[in-house]
Amino acid sequence: MRLTGPHIGLLATAAIIALLPLTFPNSYYYDVAVSALFNAVLCVGLNLLIGYAGQISLGHAGFFALGAYVSGILTTRWNLPPLLALVVGAVLVGTLAFVLARPILRLKGHYLAMATLGIGIIIFIVLNTEAWLTGGPDGLTVNYLSVAGWTLKGDRNWYWLAGILLLTTVWLSLNLIDSAVGRALRAVHGSEVGAAVVGVDTGRYKVLVFVISAVFASVVGSLFAHRNGLITPGIGSFFHSVELVAMVVLGGMASTFGAVVGAVILSVLPHLLTSFEDYEAIILGMIMMSTMIFMPKGIVPTVLRLLRQRGGAS
Amino acid sequence: MRTMRTAGLALAMAFAATVAGQAQAADDIKIGSFVSSTGVMGYMGDQEKKVLETYVERINKQGGVLGRPLKLIVYDDGTEAEKAASFTKRLIENDEVDVIIGGTGTPQTMAAVPQVERAQVPFISLAGGIVITDPVKPWVFKTPQSDKMAAEKVFGDMKKKGITKIALLSENIGFGKSGREQSLLAAPKYGIEIIADETYGPKDPDVTAQLTKIRGTAGVQALFVFGAGTGPAVVSKNIRQLGLTEPVYQSHGVASKDFLRLVGTAADGFRLPVDGLVVADQLSSSDPQKPVVVDLKNTFEGQYKTDVSTFAGHAYDALMMTVDAIKRAGGTDKAKVREQLEKTKGFIGTDGVYNMSPTDHMGLGLDAFHMVVIKNGDWVLSD
Repeated sequence: MRLTGPHIGLLATAAIIALLPLTFPNSYYYDVAVSALFNAVLCVGLNLLIGYAGQISLGHAGFFALGAYVSGILTTRWNLPPLLALVVGAVLVGTLAFVLARPILRLKGHYLAMATLGIGIIIFIVLNTEAWLTGGPDGLTVNYLSVAGWTLKGDRNWYWLAGILLLTTVWLSLNLIDSAVGRALRAVHGSEVGAAVVGVDTGRYKVLVFVISAVFASVVGSLFAHRNGLITPGIGSFFHSVELVAMVVLGGMASTFGAVVGAVILSVLPHLLTSFEDYEAIILGMIMMSTMIFMPKGIVPTVLRLLRQRGGAS
Repeated sequence: MRTMRTAGLALAMAFAATVAGQAQAADDIKIGSFVSSTGVMGYMGDQEKKVLETYVERINKQGGVLGRPLKLIVYDDGTEAEKAASFTKRLIENDEVDVIIGGTGTPQTMAAVPQVERAQVPFISLAGGIVITDPVKPWVFKTPQSDKMAAEKVFGDMKKKGITKIALLSENIGFGKSGREQSLLAAPKYGIEIIADETYGPKDPDVTAQLTKIRGTAGVQALFVFGAGTGPAVVSKNIRQLGLTEPVYQSHGVASKDFLRLVGTAADGFRLPVDGLVVADQLSSSDPQKPVVVDLKNTFEGQYKTDVSTFAGHAYDALMMTVDAIKRAGGTDKAKVREQLEKTKGFIGTDGVYNMSPTDHMGLGLDAFHMVVIKNGDWVLSD
């Protein structure tokens, strides 16, 4: 079997995840790495929607929060096993996304963005105000993740779980892109009318990828809830949604590894920049802006193109 | 390629700065802090951060604590509980701080609690929620008065005036919601009956509907408004528009100059509980709190040219109490500092006089509050 680009990327990601902990001096580094990995999984899912199907979602933090809260509520109030709660959350969010997708995805451009934004904000408001169920702004305490009597504790274990989850997600995503569905999606991205003309059921594929990316968000949300131990409605806020879209765009749309790179950079940067204190936001903004100006296609696609050009010249 | 190099350089600089930040003398006393200096609670956290910085600098100029300089490490959690949890981990694992002061709001504090308990690091919260110290957690303390005390102070004042039947109007989230629960619990103890119980949303532009309902309830002798932010100002204006004549009580949530600016003279005659800092100039010179609150007010307002608020006081008390405990412990051994914090007795802060005990990790009594009445758009001490 010949190794193609994506396979090399997958192997490289696996190698980085496996070797990176050797450089971690203490468990705080694991903690940052886990949140970066979680964001990466979310972004790989979101990238299917934004990068490949060309549909924007400004409400993905809502699905993430919904997954987190379903898990939190089912495990703490109804004592359901965490894994079952995670599946219930994924099914619920998937169903919600499916029901919403048909009418919403008929919209285009700004209208679609506004509609998804609306969903995200509605979820955020419900989480904030239905305090009898969600704990309101003070948050909800969630137990550890335990499966059949074995409890997942410690940042190190979470790191391995998040790493495996990311590799699985990337592998699934690469396979999906390389399938008939993936080609149909790219056709939709290129020209929806064109895709319809050659016989692609554009509506069906758009709904499918919307549901898939929502389910990804929900699963990560569930895991996040168990790891953090406390969740607040803030995780479903509009700003979090924008942050996720920014990660995808920064890393490079329509590039699975771009989504991973973007997520890692934007998760780790705030921790690196804390020593700049009041200038943190300015520096973060400048890095974002210069990337957008000098690498409008995102980091990974631009770097790959540069490497290819060099390879071609020599 | 040049852009790549620039980006690389920026990253390298960030790394270098972080690493440089970690290299330091071994005998520093490391005080870690995470506050919300941006985000929804930015107006609170910003003051807390400024106070910590100002006083750590002052203490160091005076030779530090036990001859060791203080080193302050502050992170901004942006009013996000998840970030607060992450920064707590960073303070404990990476910065290896001796004590943590922080948590501007109750959610941010509660996100940090499991970690400080596990790592056994003394932690003083700057948030008001009663859940922080009830039940008592060995390593967790807090400086602000809780909502329950504000309610009790108000009910005590009502009792003195012979008021027994009141209407409660509270905000339906966060501060007001917790205040309502505590008020309902505390009322019977003071022989107060809440015969009308209405709520409003934090962004409601008008609450005349609720006030009309309260006016229609027979036997209401006084109105108690529990909320923070802009809500209580709207309520105050609506009360004037409807011409309600019953005495009105507000909570300590409005004890800021901003509230007075918002309402103008609409809140004249209202009574509310405030801490000593708010009425620093009016305290009698025999009041033990007087020198403390006047010093903080003058120092803060002199340096930052902005009104000092009660939040600055929470941070001041936490820092000074920590310094006091470290001195008595004779070092930074975490267990000893925790023990000494718990033994804090008669410590005079801006929020009141603290008497900690193994069953009380907040340590303030009802005398921490002073009743004031609003006259001509300003506080006038009235107890």
